[in-house]
Amino acid sequence: MKQQIILSGLGGQGVLFITRVLAEAAVLRGLEVLTSETHGMAMRGGTVISHVKVGSFSSPLIRSGKADIGIFLHPRSLEAHRSYVAVQAGIFVNTDKPGEYHTFDATGLAARLGAAVVSNLVFLGHVARNAALFCDERAVREAIEKISPPHQLELNLKGFETGLKGNL
Amino acid sequence: MGKKDERILMGNEAIARGLVENGCTLIASYPGTPASEILPAVVQFSRQTGAPIHTEWSVNEKVAYEVALANSMAGRRSAVAMKQVGLNVASDPLTRSAYLGVVGGFIVVVADDPGPHSSQTEQDSRFFAQFAQIPVFDPSSPREAKEMIGPAYALSEKYEIPVMLRPTTRVCHSRQNIQCAAPRVMPGKADFKKNPGRWIATPQFLTELHRLLNEKLEKIAQEETLAPRRSLGGSQEKELCVISSGVAYAHTRELLEDLGAADEVDLYKVVMPYPLNRAFVERVNRSYSKILVIEETCPVIEMQLLNPLVEGRRSGLIPGHGELTPDVIEKVLEKFLGRPSREEAPARGKGVRPTLCAGCPHRASFYAIKDTFPQGIFPSDIGCYTLGMNLGAIDTCHVMGACISQGAGFYHAYARDGKDMPTIVVTIGDSTFFHSGIPALINAVFQGARFILVILDNATTAMTGNQPTPQVGILADGHKGVSVSIADLVKACGVRFVRSCDPYETEAFSALLKEADDYTRKSDGGMAVIIAKHPCVLDREAMKDQRVYKVHVSEDCTACRHCLENFECPALVYREDLDRVVVDDILCIGCGVCGTVCPVDAIVVEKGGER
Repeated sequence: MKQQIILSGLGGQGVLFITRVLAEAAVLRGLEVLTSETHGMAMRGGTVISHVKVGSFSSPLIRSGKADIGIFLHPRSLEAHRSYVAVQAGIFVNTDKPGEYHTFDATGLAARLGAAVVSNLVFLGHVARNAALFCDERAVREAIEKISPPHQLELNLKGFETGLKGNL
Repeated sequence: MGKKDERILMGNEAIARGLVENGCTLIASYPGTPASEILPAVVQFSRQTGAPIHTEWSVNEKVAYEVALANSMAGRRSAVAMKQVGLNVASDPLTRSAYLGVVGGFIVVVADDPGPHSSQTEQDSRFFAQFAQIPVFDPSSPREAKEMIGPAYALSEKYEIPVMLRPTTRVCHSRQNIQCAAPRVMPGKADFKKNPGRWIATPQFLTELHRLLNEKLEKIAQEETLAPRRSLGGSQEKELCVISSGVAYAHTRELLEDLGAADEVDLYKVVMPYPLNRAFVERVNRSYSKILVIEETCPVIEMQLLNPLVEGRRSGLIPGHGELTPDVIEKVLEKFLGRPSREEAPARGKGVRPTLCAGCPHRASFYAIKDTFPQGIFPSDIGCYTLGMNLGAIDTCHVMGACISQGAGFYHAYARDGKDMPTIVVTIGDSTFFHSGIPALINAVFQGARFILVILDNATTAMTGNQPTPQVGILADGHKGVSVSIADLVKACGVRFVRSCDPYETEAFSALLKEADDYTRKSDGGMAVIIAKHPCVLDREAMKDQRVYKVHVSEDCTACRHCLENFECPALVYREDLDRVVVDDILCIGCGVCGTVCPVDAIVVEKGGER
């Protein structure tokens, strides 16, 4: 299994956390994994990107047009990063507006859940159900259980499950 | 076989793990992207494994280097970690330590930032290693960075020389599944052996020490185990070869495989770019008709090959600036191999620029400064507060601590010409002030400069992940230390006007700025320092005590954009369908500072908000 995923959004949306979730899920399934993340100034609300490469790769970065899946937590980061994704069908965008790609309003759903802070996991749940990810939903759930801080675990899982279901 | 301990580690955590597993007993650091996560990871691993290690956030990189070096002089394995421009600050002890050497293994971790993603230059620290005459290792992945720590300590101890480990951002901030081992405790105790000719080394000793250093490097350049290795190309030597190091090697290897070119070229991986293995240089120059060197960020390996026909930076095949991403290297390899070019991907948009957090106390300070002195000159410095540029409230950002000297220089420039003196307001963060602001302040006062210095004291090093600063009195491992008062330091620098104010108190803060300006212009006045004191909003503990207001925007909003452009709080958002500004309740932390910003008073701040 080889898969290349980019995760894009704005600093503070939780791109880093779901990057770690996917990396952990890969290891739980016995796969090699390499990621690359954005740290520093951009984390203050600027455009951020993570690269996740599952399988035998040596470079942590994905080339233009080579990502199988693009997970966009914010539509404003599309402009910067959509060219990484190979085909339109692999682009998933968290937005309440329609577009020429998969759209899903995880922010709205998380707000209705009363937990805006887990919109990243709501969206990940949606992607886990609707994209051909390298692993099944159970691996993602186990990864969330493994790396969530104890006080955050219940809410994180609730966010993920809500995304999987697609509604409250 | 024991149970395998496989973990996903970030490159910086992998380096930390390598240090703990190899008996490091002291690590000192100053935070800076991309090196900031190394020290906290050592703290964490040392706590988990019980390995006794002194960890410290020193006030700057020079101090960190000297503290760690003395631990090595006492015979113990040591490390110092910093970002590349931190080594500029620590270059003085670095160059001398190459001559005098070390006793316990000493690793200088310097994280470079090609791109640069979060730095003021994209300098190549391997040149610094060459300049100082110390060997440097260049890891291509987190796993390799961890694996290099053992050999780096061994080399350092064998030749009694500091060894640099030079990861780049893409190694520091990558994660990889990595095997972990138990920490190793090195035998022995701290034992400093006096040797005046070495540790004091007056000029009469230095020619000999330099001769010895040259001899060491010659031997290191012949170390068989550190020679470049051929990693692709099979048994038969080809006509073409590619020589690469660091993460550029990782990109290159993957690209050669992807392009189906693994059988056309020999790929050499350079673990130690300086000193480059002597036999290797001779062999590649003799054996190959075409040689390409791919390395970040400068031609360090390339120049040691002493071969004018080598393709790379000097031939113009590789751009002389910017990060060598796989997209860039792909183009280089296509040209080198004579392959047709893959279709260009559309250019990437710029994306969204970063901004100060909702409720950030710096925003309150900057808004007041700009509002009070619209014509002022605003030197500033390095930290989150550099984002004050979005508000037009800073005019310069140079290097750590430079803003105070710049303030002084601007003062003298205008004072000498006898022109109307503009108000000069210098802003510096608390951590930057400790790092290198203090000598600059003493100098400014002593030389008679007059300006307003605002120390933005949010009690943390926010930009790099909220490392504690000396006035807080918390050590790197969370224990209590001795707190050092900023106000006392400022007074001790000779400043007579020293006031503290919470910038959230917008009116009081603006009044204080005016008073400070008057003081700088009075005949018996002088330098004025205001400590703008309010905790960082990312400090969860401090936020528990913060009053929360309910904020909304009334229909009086005329969509004039004043608040969006001059205050730029991410929680104030323009809604097209309503044609006015609204408050994003998810982002708003209820600081209430925006209440004074709206020209038509449409931003309403009420008491009794909840969070």
